[in-house]
Amino acid sequence: MDFWKENKTHIYWNPYFGGFMLGLLLIATFYITGRGLGATGGTKSAVITTVDKVAPGYAKESSYYSKYYDEEKNPMNNWLVFETIGMIAGAFLSGALSGRVKFRVQHPPHISSNKRLIYASIGGLLFGFGSQFARGCTSGAALSGSAVLSLGGFITMAGIFGTAYIVAYFFRKMWIN
Amino acid sequence: MGPLTYFGEISTEWNYVIAIFIGMAFGYIMEASGFSSSRKLIGVFYGYDFAVIRVFITATLVAIIGLLYMGYFGWIDYSVLFVHPTFIFSATIGGIIMGFGFIIGGFCPGTSLCALAIGKLDGWVFTIALFIGIFIYSLVFPLIKPYYNMGDMGHITISEYLNMSNAWFTFWFAIIAVAIFYVTSVIRKKVKEVRY
Repeated sequence: MDFWKENKTHIYWNPYFGGFMLGLLLIATFYITGRGLGATGGTKSAVITTVDKVAPGYAKESSYYSKYYDEEKNPMNNWLVFETIGMIAGAFLSGALSGRVKFRVQHPPHISSNKRLIYASIGGLLFGFGSQFARGCTSGAALSGSAVLSLGGFITMAGIFGTAYIVAYFFRKMWIN
Repeated sequence: MGPLTYFGEISTEWNYVIAIFIGMAFGYIMEASGFSSSRKLIGVFYGYDFAVIRVFITATLVAIIGLLYMGYFGWIDYSVLFVHPTFIFSATIGGIIMGFGFIIGGFCPGTSLCALAIGKLDGWVFTIALFIGIFIYSLVFPLIKPYYNMGDMGHITISEYLNMSNAWFTFWFAIIAVAIFYVTSVIRKKVKEVRY
């Protein structure tokens, strides 16, 4: 069992196969719901719910949350929230089947785990902010937008990957020797 | 004819059940492709692992072609599919901010959820920071609202913008995709291998 696990932890799908499956899933999602996939939408609902619990009434007043806030409806009662719960379960299943489930910090050998966690938190803050400004993240705007040829989807895709490529040189010490 | 929920062929309750299964498939595919590893994801920017761009472009191409064909065959009403609206300014600036987030944090929101699911603490931290980032955005939203709505072009597609037919745009996109696949495989062979 251990032998089997040891040998499977770094075996991933062929990227073209993974891409093909993801493409089929996007088609199925559009066929069923008329919209694409998303990853930040569910997170946003969770933020709104938290804010509403901590400071009742604030979400309704806030000029940003009020767009998504509906007195009749719990913000967690949202398609993307259910999808996000499924995502975590699905990723866990895949990881468990390949023996990758383990509490750890993954970092390059020359970077300490504390540093890695600091970088991850800065990246998360920027991504959270940017995804709201661009009306979607890599999944919701770039991937699902591009699937139906949205101009904004392609622009956001170029923005994310283009910027990361341009600035990669300055951040190389975080990732490679 | 699809979209099924649009034409009322699926009720809201079932739609939520389906959402969980679609999410599971999404999470499974990403994790199985190695997207729960920040070092694998970031390899795309340093040339030692191009999985991200291969998965991403293949998925986009398959979805574009598949949906167009389903439209031609009359299996789906292409005109009612949700086209992500284009706000030229916020799409560009938001993309740039996310680009910095990607190279510094090593994840994007979907992949950080995959990392979180298999117990990676960097994924947990990224996701918590994501929550805080969204919260900060909501606090400053009144100040940046005019920029958020700047350059509204509506639900425009890239083929409309370039004045091409969908089919021709897809044809050229497929050519570019194959070129990218080839160039990345050449670069991959030249870059020193990174073990992770």
